[in-house]
Amino acid sequence: MLPGFSPEDRRVWLLIGAITLITLLFLPYSQFVLGVRYDYTLRTVAIGGSLLGIISGVLGCFAVLRQQSLMGDALSHAALPGVAIAFLLAGRELGFLLIGAGVASWLGVQFIRLLTDTTRIKQDTAMGIVLASWFAAGIALLAYIQARPDASQAGLDTFIFGQAAAIVEKDVRLIAGIGLATMFLLVLFWKEFKLITFDAEFAGANGFRVNLFSTLLSTLIVVAIVLGLQLAGVIMMVGMLIAPGIAARQWTNKLTQMVTLAAIFGGFSGGVGAIISALDTDLPTGPMIIVVAFLLVVISISIAPQRGLIWQLLRQRQDQKRFAAQMVLDDLFHYAYDHDSLSTVVPESFLKGMRGSAVKQGLQQLVNKDQVQPVNGGWQLTEAGRQAAADNATNTLMWDLYRQYNQTLDLPLIAEDRQRDIRELLPETAIHKLEKILQEELA
Amino acid sequence: MKSKPETSENGETPDALVIDDLTVAYNGKPAIWDVDLRIPEGVLTAIVGPNGAGKSTLIKAALQLIPRAAGTVRFFGLPYEKARSFVGYVPQRGSVDWDFPTSVIDVVTMGLYGQLGWIRRPGGKEHEIAMYALEQVGLEDFANRQISQLSGGQQQRTFLARALVQDAQIYFMDEPFAAVDAVTERAIIAIMRELRDRGKTVLVVHHDLQTIEEYFDWVTLLNVEVVASGPVETTFTSEKLRQTYGGRVSYLYEDKVKKTAEAG
Repeated sequence: MLPGFSPEDRRVWLLIGAITLITLLFLPYSQFVLGVRYDYTLRTVAIGGSLLGIISGVLGCFAVLRQQSLMGDALSHAALPGVAIAFLLAGRELGFLLIGAGVASWLGVQFIRLLTDTTRIKQDTAMGIVLASWFAAGIALLAYIQARPDASQAGLDTFIFGQAAAIVEKDVRLIAGIGLATMFLLVLFWKEFKLITFDAEFAGANGFRVNLFSTLLSTLIVVAIVLGLQLAGVIMMVGMLIAPGIAARQWTNKLTQMVTLAAIFGGFSGGVGAIISALDTDLPTGPMIIVVAFLLVVISISIAPQRGLIWQLLRQRQDQKRFAAQMVLDDLFHYAYDHDSLSTVVPESFLKGMRGSAVKQGLQQLVNKDQVQPVNGGWQLTEAGRQAAADNATNTLMWDLYRQYNQTLDLPLIAEDRQRDIRELLPETAIHKLEKILQEELA
Repeated sequence: MKSKPETSENGETPDALVIDDLTVAYNGKPAIWDVDLRIPEGVLTAIVGPNGAGKSTLIKAALQLIPRAAGTVRFFGLPYEKARSFVGYVPQRGSVDWDFPTSVIDVVTMGLYGQLGWIRRPGGKEHEIAMYALEQVGLEDFANRQISQLSGGQQQRTFLARALVQDAQIYFMDEPFAAVDAVTERAIIAIMRELRDRGKTVLVVHHDLQTIEEYFDWVTLLNVEVVASGPVETTFTSEKLRQTYGGRVSYLYEDKVKKTAEAG
């Protein structure tokens, strides 16, 4: 029943292998060449960064697929005043700061929902309003806190850009615990999350508690954001959330694989970014993680098969060449056919008049395939060329017949792609039926 | 086959769909107003009306996808909560992101998620059911394709297959014929007829007045309120169409008037 090990699956495993290999090479490289000291602090930070990357990468896939990337940005910016107020109320205790961040984020989202539901303001505008005003309030509160004559506020501003050194072993344990709980929920409700992300309306009609699962998923995303604030900072956190998912999407068309790849990309960026930022005490972690994650996005968007830009360009050029060759062959064949002999020499000016600049490209390819040959100023079909042209003409006829008879003959429905050989697209029985009709029509 | 109540308390077979006093409002403005509707079992029903008449709203409110301001809806005499397992739904094709990372067979299998219950994953049996539905809509060769590679008509047939696996008693389809190719239109109508012949009830939001008489046996004319509802022969008249559409689409029923005159 399972459709084997497809090329796509192989590609994903190759990628996982490549990332592992790069990680294995990067660790000694950073240690011996860049002179990074893998002391206790850095190990803690790297593991913490990696775990956060995995969590936010996985959950970020759903934010991306629900088209809520900007919502993630609003959420993380809106957390800042919560951090400041929590500090004013309870002092510098990480648990409280994160709770404060979560509450402020949550209030921000509710406010966005309220604005969208009750006024004519659209969601993107509402998010802009909340993002800017919550963040402004946070900055103002931080400025007020820093002006106070006590030293405990030192480092609170790391929440803006993120600071690796801020993470201690206790935090890593917290991150790991929450991460495990998140993964557990995700596995448990995988089917439900997938369905409401793809088609919430259908899920609702099928009796799924869409609001419940949607809220649960949003809550998990908020948790991931809040956890990552210390490391990546409120401004950069959205990058950590969505970049791994975007990169992963380029490589696969399966949700499970996308989420797995996003976890790996996220873990890699989080860990490596944290290590790079440890090169110098002044390097903030958030931007380093984002630079690594962004590099993965750029690489993925450029070279991923099928979706990648480079592949698209290559395919376009290939199609252009293929179509040019087909068209020119067709022109040659019809010209010769109309002149009663397939060995007729066709003047190049005629071809140019038909197809313009594509002629050169087409002829070049036909010569390479030995289907045409130059004969005193014109072009002549070779034996192979005549065969290919006849095959093309038959193919076109078969497509015509398919269009005309697919209903009456009860043929499988396929998308019309006349540049392709219909024999490759239809099962043999269907081809037989069409060929029979072809014989009748020709007779 | 899922069980549905054979008889109601008074011993009669209840209608497939009974809607009473249904009103839905957006921003204080009624989208549908005081709708009363009875659809008997085993008919193919078209819901027609001008743009903004509340056709999709009617379906969505019946399936509790949007809040109702007032009214009750019963399926075979049961409220929706108890009727879910025998109600099938085909949403508008444009309501989802077709670049979602999933395959055709996967989307069709989603129709079985509701029956699977919590935690359980679809397995071999579900795969078989989904494949069978894909064969019915002529997409068996597309099972493992990514859904973004489908044409509009193929997308519509994928949605139809997803509803077929639900093996429901009553189907709601929201504009299945919108912008599809001729092949798909014929495939959809063939499947709708087959469902009807198997005793299922099918309600379809429809736009094309020209094909009502050919495709459907029951019609509901809607323009915020129900103008008329009943068998096509007695309900789909130029008089009632005029009431539904006003003077705006005279050309739509001029044809029909002519035809009626010729027949008479």
